[in-house]
Amino acid sequence: MLDISVAYNRYKFVGYEFLTWLWYVIEHDPAQLNHVIQENINFTIGNRIMLQNAVHDAVETITIKGDDAGLEEGVLALKKGALVTEIHLRVTEEENEWQLTLKGESLNISNLRLPETGQIENRDDMEGAVLEKFFLYEKIMGWMDAVYVFFIKSRLSLEWNDRIVPQIKKWILQ
Amino acid sequence: MGLLSSNVSITRYQVLGQLADPLMDTLTRLLTQNAIVEIDDEDMDQSAGWTSFDDPFTPDFTGSTFVMGSQFIFSFRMDKKAIPSKVVNKKYRQEMTKRLKESGKEFLSRNEKKQIKEDVIRELSLRIPATPNVYDVLWNYEKNSLWFFSTQKTANEAFEIFFTKSFKLNLVRRFPYTAALESLTNIEEDMLNKLTPSHFME
Repeated sequence: MLDISVAYNRYKFVGYEFLTWLWYVIEHDPAQLNHVIQENINFTIGNRIMLQNAVHDAVETITIKGDDAGLEEGVLALKKGALVTEIHLRVTEEENEWQLTLKGESLNISNLRLPETGQIENRDDMEGAVLEKFFLYEKIMGWMDAVYVFFIKSRLSLEWNDRIVPQIKKWILQ
Repeated sequence: MGLLSSNVSITRYQVLGQLADPLMDTLTRLLTQNAIVEIDDEDMDQSAGWTSFDDPFTPDFTGSTFVMGSQFIFSFRMDKKAIPSKVVNKKYRQEMTKRLKESGKEFLSRNEKKQIKEDVIRELSLRIPATPNVYDVLWNYEKNSLWFFSTQKTANEAFEIFFTKSFKLNLVRRFPYTAALESLTNIEEDMLNKLTPSHFME
């Protein structure tokens, strides 16, 4: 195992490729995510996506945000060689919706909103409320972990260069 | 932002190592020993420590109150007194004028000025209450997994240092490399160590 601080910086690109791949899969082949998770979950891109393009020594950052924002500018950035560094996702299971922002370099989850849960009326409700929230946190973490494991296994397989990269390239150039 | 908030941020860690048996006694003792110390009536400007999840302003770890289901749940609290620099400057200048008048001197030495400033800050520290920041911690001891409910750099760094100091256990943050290692075979780990970036547009 590499030194942790060295590994953090060295493998940021894996996180950026993960989010770029995730955008491609959500747009192009969302059923693949259901197959990975083995549940009927719907992933959609939310209202914010951030990309970064390292050109020579300069770093260009492109942010697209807004509920009705089109993602054409993001695709244009991908054409110029950018990768996704941060993405806002909506994840739904039947009537329940989770929202979160996933950061590529750290896999940190921020702005996580869970489906509606019961109100805490008094101190006795606390443990039940915590366990209910925890159940919902575990669900979304489990799904995101499963998707990441599927990605990293694909990323290390021969299929990545032979099939997946050409498919992503084709999607970007469409 | 806490676990029960409507909008949360989470950093995930792997915990390396185990606490001494009996576990509950050890954890209760270490949480209590490292509980937050109130500094409102002290001349300290900051304090950090563990506190209770359900009542962060009255730390109490007796009776296994930090156990919920299969999780340990408690909070990390950081208190800091923010004394506005303009207030320090005002009091400092007032004190200098008073000292010059009393002593009949035209100037104060560098050491005297330094002492006055320290006295002003100490006096203000006693009068200004500390601002608390509370971050929840969810620790699944069986799975060596811990969630810290913040992604703020300063909070995370302070938490990591304090956790290791309190429990003598190391934390490894979950990020693309460490998350990958959780599911890879030895052969795949070697491949990961040699991995280079893909270029989708070349």
